[in-house]
Amino acid sequence: MSKCRIPLGPFHPLLEEAEFFNIKVEGEKVVDIEMETGWMHRGHEKISETKTFTQSIFLVERICGICSTSHPFACVNAIEDIDNIEIPERAKYIRVLIGELERIHSHLLWVCLAGHFIGYDTLWMWAWKYREPILQLSEMITGNRNHYAMMRVGGVGRDFDNSLIPKIIPVLDMIEKKMVMLAGAANDDPVLRSRLKGVGVLTKEDAINYCANGPTARASGVDIDVRRDDPTAYEVVDVKVIVTPNGDVYDKLVVRVLEIIESCHIIKQCLKAFEKVQGPIINKVKEISPGEGIGRYEAPRGEVFHYIRSDGSNRPLRHKVRAPSFSNIPTYKASCVGIPLADALITLASVDPCYCCTERSIKAFDINGKKIEHNLLHLSRKKTERLQRELIPKEKSLIDGIFDLSLSR
Amino acid sequence: MAFYNKIIKKSIWVFHVSASPCNNCDIEILDLITPGYDIERFGIKLVGSVRHADVLLVTGIVSHKIAPRIKQLYEQAPKPVFVVGIGTCTVGGATFKQSYNKAGASLDKIIPVNAFIPGCPPKPEAMIDGIVKLLGTLK
Repeated sequence: MSKCRIPLGPFHPLLEEAEFFNIKVEGEKVVDIEMETGWMHRGHEKISETKTFTQSIFLVERICGICSTSHPFACVNAIEDIDNIEIPERAKYIRVLIGELERIHSHLLWVCLAGHFIGYDTLWMWAWKYREPILQLSEMITGNRNHYAMMRVGGVGRDFDNSLIPKIIPVLDMIEKKMVMLAGAANDDPVLRSRLKGVGVLTKEDAINYCANGPTARASGVDIDVRRDDPTAYEVVDVKVIVTPNGDVYDKLVVRVLEIIESCHIIKQCLKAFEKVQGPIINKVKEISPGEGIGRYEAPRGEVFHYIRSDGSNRPLRHKVRAPSFSNIPTYKASCVGIPLADALITLASVDPCYCCTERSIKAFDINGKKIEHNLLHLSRKKTERLQRELIPKEKSLIDGIFDLSLSR
Repeated sequence: MAFYNKIIKKSIWVFHVSASPCNNCDIEILDLITPGYDIERFGIKLVGSVRHADVLLVTGIVSHKIAPRIKQLYEQAPKPVFVVGIGTCTVGGATFKQSYNKAGASLDKIIPVNAFIPGCPPKPEAMIDGIVKLLGTLK
């Protein structure tokens, strides 16, 4: 059967972000998939070197709008790792609270988009309706719907108001109840089940080989979670890690729905603690000594990794960011090949890819300081021009004689 | 033109262009069409193709790689088309002001812009307000 190439993007109605996929199909079956990134590159790592440590936190917040507290969380962990700075206990609870609120709305966002991708728009509208109260809670607690700006080196920037607890509990109860309903619907609904069950399977072996992390790995039976394995603020709460064995899209849905319920439990533990734990929310940090530190945090999509090197001044000398989608996106190669084209899109979406987080590459410059771009037409024409100049015939060949002959006549 | 404006006021079809944003404005745009704010009651609808669009909602700083595509999209849109820049990034770059991968100082250096809605991210109410004000300028 003949092969066909289907380009998807960069502006496609189903892609929120500008991305380009090159899908090769044989009839209905996907045989190969390639992707081109770099549309979203903004150069955070370079800008971060010109900002102070506190300003860097606001900068890395804007790497991604959905996991906008995971990057600052990992960043402050990295800065605190340089000097082994301890943070107050109340600050730990506040950090956990914000992180888990973000996890709930991020996972709900995935449920919405997954529903949209399989043509189940009712699920999209419902899940978005449940997501809205969470954003309003975030606005009540931190002052903004998305970019919270709560993290500081040595603690948090804003105290939690204990009088908000009676407003938060009913919303969490509602989310928990609705998630149980959603889990039931996923189990009972024959359409949802048949679209997701056994689709885009990522085996445990592949998940380990491709270094998958976060819910993508946990749905394939790999038991990893930074919140439990390397806690920096999470040691104050009990975290239950959810692992499912199959690795298909259905399991990824189950993992995320159960994680929302688990996040509700963690937030309730925090709220209980706020009444008892009082005190300062930030340890004043005067200066950062020379050295290097790493910070890890379990973002909704997987493990975020930040590396910071300091030379004793008030700016980072080097700031490296590695986002979870960086290692989750290549699992397409394992999960998408061999499935029908109609299932490819939900499989692409199932790892919850975030391209804004991922695109940390840099531009290439040639020896004269000129930018190297992927304009193939331009390159091809330049090569022709160069060859034309180089290949001026040195001596007249036989075929040139024909023109001379016709001219002389 | 007046006839066209009268028609367009009743049903604005918007197309969402993400030009290297941080995803936040994009998510807030999706918030607009879902039950929380539901701007379909004003006849505003998100469409899949730029060929059907009356308004382009552009988010983010425009990177060097995506700038030619944005121009191409603007040329493909049927005229007259209105361009709304969402978020502070389109106005002046916000925290990415010094970025080496920024194609222009602001969005209106790349394509003509009719309205800016600043904010990081602008609240959905602000976006509705901005689009309604844009409608008010149509005679």
